[in-house]
Amino acid sequence: MRVLIRGAGVAGLTAAHELLARGAEVTVIENAEGFGRAASWYAGGMLAPWCERESAEEAVLTRGIGAADWWEAALPAGSVHRNGTLVVAQPRDGAELRRFAARTSGFRWLNAEEIEALEPALAGRFRQALFFPDEAHLDPRRALSALRQRLAARGVTFVAEEPDGRGAVLTVDCTGAARIGGIDGLRGVRGEMLYLETDEVSLSRPVRMLHPRIPLYIVPRNGGLFMCGATMIESDDAGPITTRSLMELLNAAYAIHPAFAEARLVETGTGVRPAFADNLPRAVRRESTITVNGLYRHGFLLSPAMAGDVAALALGEEIPRGDVL
Amino acid sequence: MPLFYGTEIRSRLLLGTARYSSPAVLAEAVRRSRTDVVTVSLRRETAGGRQGGAFFELIRELGVRVLPNTAGCHSVAEAVLTAKMARDVFETDWIKLEVIGHQDTLQPDVFGLVEGARILTGEGFEVFPYTTDDLVVAERLLEAGCKVLMPWCAPIGSAMGPQNMQGLRAMRAEFPDVPLIVDAGIGRPSHATTVMELGYDAVLLNTAVAGAADPAAMAEAFAMAIDAGYAAHGAGMLEPRDMAVPSTPVIGKAVFS
Repeated sequence: MRVLIRGAGVAGLTAAHELLARGAEVTVIENAEGFGRAASWYAGGMLAPWCERESAEEAVLTRGIGAADWWEAALPAGSVHRNGTLVVAQPRDGAELRRFAARTSGFRWLNAEEIEALEPALAGRFRQALFFPDEAHLDPRRALSALRQRLAARGVTFVAEEPDGRGAVLTVDCTGAARIGGIDGLRGVRGEMLYLETDEVSLSRPVRMLHPRIPLYIVPRNGGLFMCGATMIESDDAGPITTRSLMELLNAAYAIHPAFAEARLVETGTGVRPAFADNLPRAVRRESTITVNGLYRHGFLLSPAMAGDVAALALGEEIPRGDVL
Repeated sequence: MPLFYGTEIRSRLLLGTARYSSPAVLAEAVRRSRTDVVTVSLRRETAGGRQGGAFFELIRELGVRVLPNTAGCHSVAEAVLTAKMARDVFETDWIKLEVIGHQDTLQPDVFGLVEGARILTGEGFEVFPYTTDDLVVAERLLEAGCKVLMPWCAPIGSAMGPQNMQGLRAMRAEFPDVPLIVDAGIGRPSHATTVMELGYDAVLLNTAVAGAADPAAMAEAFAMAIDAGYAAHGAGMLEPRDMAVPSTPVIGKAVFS
């Protein structure tokens, strides 16, 4: 079976991986400018189905649980960090922590000593926290690059331009937010993020800080880098970060650790997350075209499961769940 | 049913549209709340999107009236600009005017509020001012052209419920003919019932529904609570008294003990 995949973001590459594993001959059309326009390039890379359940449907948990294993198998050793997630709040926002706990599972409460044991850099900063031990994280940019490299080494062809129409028996559309306006009900949810660089803080796992208005997370990357995100704005405007968002993100980073005040702000970015009204992704087949879209803020978490659905649809199988997840 | 600027609405519950986990959850909450008016906050990025705001399209599809708001504006100029953008996007003269004066409590800047109300009324807007329970400010807002008042009962999103019953009571008594909507601070259906029992015309909620574990069920609970409070006010409630009043007459019993 010959398959043409449009889009080399997380949806396209995971689909390529699954189709290749089922013996397909795969060609991927990637953006000539690289990954920079894919929402996944700006992702946090948290594989956090239990935390996400706070505001997402149950399906995000059930279908996201296997993501860490999938990525571990697909990427070079050491790419997936299985250190859990720490959720904290300022003392005056303690009610937010209790609310979060009431909506989630798979965590345990930590006191100040336990927080310090887990993340020495946060010693004395928070009196209580929630710890989700089974969650994981990865570096989305490294993950995308490594996966692309692996696929290329195993015979997937990457092209920058549409090949002439002959050949492919199946097309898989993984172009995400580029389809807003073209797919009924697909909308954009703008997310702004930034990278901080400092060697004064060291974290081993994503830290989520709850706040009634401005929840935020910091994900450690290699080399003293910290990804700090992300806003959630109902808009498909991909323009540069606004002053207000920048201020809020930096304020929150500073509240997690004052040393971030001295960090270098090395990058700001904006991605547009494609989403349907229920914020759940869909994979649909219409004749010889499969469309997967609507990964919202769960690209790395749900694309492995969606790629499995794409492969099933490609082989002419029914997806037991219908076209939703 | 209450009249806001000459428009009769079919529900005494006004529902905010922010902070739902998805537009689908929001739509279900709107349906179960039986509301006739939703408030929508306009952010400039949203208005500037390529598709003119797919989210606004979803809001329009709810089939209810839209009361745009200037949530998050900290100055009069910002609020006026946002109001004008909202008028373009939603094609309505209604605007919920919010000028925030204090970062932590989101307390309204009542001076800016009166000024903003005056400017917007002059430009043909029908202003729903988010204010405190201060009677003098309320008077100034009416002078500025407002025909509806929206006092808080506690800080936005705090879920504390009515903090100053005497203030709310005084406001109702002082402005018997002005539609009054309690806006902000409601956490539970019983809070909504309480303010409706004071004779308020409607209640505006957001976080209490959006933040509930089951927003749609909570929306329905609020709808019933508001109806109950309104009906109770109309039915005339007993005044509390110090001593028990037996519900069965004691005279005629064989023995007085």
